[in-house]
Amino acid sequence: MTSPRAETVDEFRARARTWIRENLPILEDFERPDVPGRREFERALQRKLYDAGFAGICFPADCGGLGLSPAYQRAFTEEAAGYDMPSSFNVPTLGILAATLVDFGTDEQKRRHIPAILRGEELWVQFLSEPSGGSDLAGCLTRADRDGDVFVLNGSKIWSSGAKDSDYAMILARTNWDVPKHRGLTMFILKIHQPGVTVEQIRQVDGSMEFCQEFFDDVIVPVSDVVGEIDDGWTVATRLLTHERAAVGGGSIYTSGRSVGHDTGYSATDNLITDLAKATHQADDAHVRQLVAEAHVRQLVSGAMVRRVSHGIANGKLPGQAGAIMKLFTANNTIRRCEIALEIAGGAAAAWPSGEEPPTRIASEMSLWRQSMSLGGGSNEIQRNIISERVLGMPREYAADRDIPYRDVRRS
Amino acid sequence: MDVDLTEEQEFFAETTRRFLWDQCPTTVVRALEANPDGFDRAFWKAGCELGWTSMLVSEADGGGCLSGPGRGILDLALVAEEMGRVVAPGPLVPTNVVAFALSHGGTAQQKQRWLPGLLHGEQIGAWVNGSGSVVEAGAQADVFVYSLGDRLRVIAADDPAVQVTPWEGLDLVRRYASVVIADDAAGEPLVGSAESLSRIALVLQCAETCGVVDAVFEMTLEYLGHRYSFGRPLASYQALKHRIADDKMHLEGCHAITTAAARAVADDVANAGELVSAAKAWIGSVATDIVQDCVQHHGGIAVTWEHDIHLYLRRATVNRAMYGTASAHRQRLATTILGTAS
Repeated sequence: MTSPRAETVDEFRARARTWIRENLPILEDFERPDVPGRREFERALQRKLYDAGFAGICFPADCGGLGLSPAYQRAFTEEAAGYDMPSSFNVPTLGILAATLVDFGTDEQKRRHIPAILRGEELWVQFLSEPSGGSDLAGCLTRADRDGDVFVLNGSKIWSSGAKDSDYAMILARTNWDVPKHRGLTMFILKIHQPGVTVEQIRQVDGSMEFCQEFFDDVIVPVSDVVGEIDDGWTVATRLLTHERAAVGGGSIYTSGRSVGHDTGYSATDNLITDLAKATHQADDAHVRQLVAEAHVRQLVSGAMVRRVSHGIANGKLPGQAGAIMKLFTANNTIRRCEIALEIAGGAAAAWPSGEEPPTRIASEMSLWRQSMSLGGGSNEIQRNIISERVLGMPREYAADRDIPYRDVRRS
Repeated sequence: MDVDLTEEQEFFAETTRRFLWDQCPTTVVRALEANPDGFDRAFWKAGCELGWTSMLVSEADGGGCLSGPGRGILDLALVAEEMGRVVAPGPLVPTNVVAFALSHGGTAQQKQRWLPGLLHGEQIGAWVNGSGSVVEAGAQADVFVYSLGDRLRVIAADDPAVQVTPWEGLDLVRRYASVVIADDAAGEPLVGSAESLSRIALVLQCAETCGVVDAVFEMTLEYLGHRYSFGRPLASYQALKHRIADDKMHLEGCHAITTAAARAVADDVANAGELVSAAKAWIGSVATDIVQDCVQHHGGIAVTWEHDIHLYLRRATVNRAMYGTASAHRQRLATTILGTAS
């Protein structure tokens, strides 16, 4: 008996192209994740991908994925350019949390969740940052106390994108207060909508309601929902953050289709900047032409950087922490590109005809939000620490809480 | 350097690096300041035996490379980067541009006349990029490629219609000359475009600058680790660590876009010119800033003649200026994106 010949990348690409053209809607620019009904729409779209055999291209076959190489995923993403994709599944669900589950989940956890994610039934979020501080992630205060076969969870998490409309979270909580901070943490799978969990939305500067804060009051979590080992949650969190840098920087193999929108979509802002130059009748202005070209150069460098860093990490030429370089670059790029957009928009950035959404308005509202990429997923300052210390081997910063039982550490 | 090199390329880069470390420590570079040619002929010939002028020449013409026909730019970029790392002397860009132009657009007779000398390092080529312009290795060249109208032409340097005046320059060993070729000179036409020569020159220049900045960055990192102030190494100060991190990020961008441009030229993709201009626009605007920041990290020693960092700063600055500044390349890109300004 002969086994069926594996499909080549080119054959896969051709099949994907045909399917995409027949099945995916054309992309509208600046599709925001908080548009009413958008999440349900994306869940259905994800299900459609799954049914057609285009979901989880690089996820292992025993987790319900297709088990194909990144070349297949790249081919699909290239073919999907310009079409609407369930991009809110990319970050954090697929690129960060499902990826972490592949690395650390038990067989039972993987079987239970990854196929469900690929079918569009589960959106995930990460419950990491706390109101007491985000950069010092290992200093988290949310506690999980063991009680027989369960843990009892109390505390609060914040800055989780889209938690209200999501289903599951990975949550980092302190399970041991008698050891130094990194050694007393455990990562859990948490069903969001259950007794004891309160989710409140936070209104952001651009008016959107994507971020949430959660409060946990005696929430029961079974021991079987521990990811990795008890008290070894930092190992899981570190890997999660590596996946996050890759996913946010654009170098994850687990995400599908380009993300568009104010969080990761530099391809969209490139069009925006060109549109702005034309809409403001400055396409002939020498200064504006320099700015448009600068924005374009940054986009090209950014794409080249993603390729370099992700390939370099994959083949061992660059350390895993080099993802921080990509993350910092992407964040800086967002800042500069927003600045360019605002500069070109000129006076039209301040006011616009009621009810209209000219590119100048998009530019000015986007600029209110521009630091978000420099804050989320580890601030620029943390990325600079990682680059200097972990990539370049410079001395670590002094930490007053090193080697001290966490219950004795001074806190604000 | 590209993170996706083949084993063969890695070996070649390593061999080139060892040769250069051995042959041109900065003491040699400094000594060559007094040499009117700026390079030693025996050194150049030895480099040519390693393939420094063969990679853009087709196998039929006696050339060859590792990456396959038409893709030699990928291998030559490795040489350029290694040369940058030691601020090496030698007319790498101009000779290769001329060798490429002859191999891909010359007649059998023209090839026979010039290519063996260029391939073996006995002769030097130079590229007159624009009329009456300053030309690298102009006074050392035996043969020039230049443009007349839209056509490329080739002419011997000793032709009476060619006027060469050596200039002084910023780099200690890179020589420039003013070259004027009369319109009625008896230059012979070549097939090919100035644009394709420009792409080669820019990819090599960007790769060399990557090597220059890499070397400066490495020496700075080492210095910060060993230099103590207030009882602790400079490398332990977060203010400096964060600047180093930013420099590293910009430097990785230089490598990334240079690789992208080199691959685009090797594959002759439709937007190759765009990527090449993007590479120069990026590197031209960040490379000297990284080096200058490294000068700042070193302190006063870095603005002395004695310290080698100025050799690197000179090379980076010259590269920034030649073959189009960053803003000139942004102008080119703006035309691609927005059309010609009215």
